[in-house]
Amino acid sequence: MTPPPLPPTPAQTIGPFYGYALPFPGGGDPAPAGHPDAVTVHGRVYDGEGQPIPDAMLEYWQAAPDGSRAGAPGSMRRDPTTGAVLGRHGVDFTGFGRVATDADGHWALRTLPPPADAPYLAVCLFARGLLRALFTRIYLTDPGAGGDALLDGLPPARRATLLAVAERERVHGFDIRLQGREETVFLEFR
Amino acid sequence: MSAQPTQADIDREIERYRAEAVPGQEQPPRDYPPYRSSLLRHPKQPSVVLTDPEAVELSGPVFGVTDVTELDSDLTRQHRGEPLGERITVSGRILDRSGRPVRGQLVEIWQANASGRYAHLRDQHPAPLDPNFTGSGRCLTDDQGGYRFTTIKPGPYPWRNHHNAWRPAHIHFSLFGTAFTQRLITQMYFPGDPLFRHDPILQSVTDEQARARLVADYDHGLAEPEFSLGYHWDIVLDGPTATWTEDGDQ
Repeated sequence: MTPPPLPPTPAQTIGPFYGYALPFPGGGDPAPAGHPDAVTVHGRVYDGEGQPIPDAMLEYWQAAPDGSRAGAPGSMRRDPTTGAVLGRHGVDFTGFGRVATDADGHWALRTLPPPADAPYLAVCLFARGLLRALFTRIYLTDPGAGGDALLDGLPPARRATLLAVAERERVHGFDIRLQGREETVFLEFR
Repeated sequence: MSAQPTQADIDREIERYRAEAVPGQEQPPRDYPPYRSSLLRHPKQPSVVLTDPEAVELSGPVFGVTDVTELDSDLTRQHRGEPLGERITVSGRILDRSGRPVRGQLVEIWQANASGRYAHLRDQHPAPLDPNFTGSGRCLTDDQGGYRFTTIKPGPYPWRNHHNAWRPAHIHFSLFGTAFTQRLITQMYFPGDPLFRHDPILQSVTDEQARARLVADYDHGLAEPEFSLGYHWDIVLDGPTATWTEDGDQ
């Protein structure tokens, strides 16, 4: 007999004052410094009036280029002498990023491209005003019709909100809109 | 321009939304008007439900001994002097919904100081900053999913949701499970706070039992003689995981 699942702890908003606790140096740089395959993904987060949100925090999780989903420790590696953040050592790909939006609602991530069988970055978005986190995905390449169950199930306009725009070589744009005609598709996992 | 709502106005809104809520809702709604910041920031389209066993989100980031230092879990020892306020130990376990401990995973906390002020430039509440207290901490869970912090009890503080709005004292918690789907940021409250019923953020959890799960228990067993009082708070992470779906194969 399986016991009934435990009731979950409810979420509460991240609020406006997380900035001295959660963001860390190099949080937006999962790609090892100087890696030739690194790509930049960036964009803004907008509220229902089209205003950029300056106090959001985004987290990113993805498969490594070789398909591994194991991740690696060391995203916020510390100096045991001073306690300061040393940053990733660049040998392992940790798969994890964390970026707070700037005063203009903008974020940027330097990462390695995910593999072809999972060509997306998983995103978890927090902000003042969000009582619980929002999940979405950034597809860096369009897998095409029949290439991805999630995208295949969406009407074209909604589907487009999950596709990054190739702006120039190795730079992809992706805006997140919490409301409005181009509201981003948000996900719920079961 | 309409006058700012009073606490009585917000209390009435809280009552109304509670009366209208579906019983047994374990999570706050995305749209909860008594919390004014949610108005322009909640998606209006329903979430797209994903049940893909191959989803990358069924795995998640990992952390290790290189990501924390031993002093991170003691917020009273991060400066030269002792912080002001009531020293406390906060401890508990992180579990998934099947009761399995979340082992070796990162727990992060942040909070206001004893006067109710955050060490954040934008917090201009005219309560004193404490040069001996920053208010952020980190640890890894042990093999039983346990975590433990030494800190000081945060103060309540005013905010601008409505006229004369005050938040009950709380500690912000950030938690990872074994899957990205389980990612949780929440707040731990202290038992018996008279501000609970006036706070639209806590009251956004409309189910009474679910709301009670955000309140720690006073635990004298965690008190340390001549040093600190103790609070116990267990956390259960929601969301599917890779091992959850593979249970039948183990």
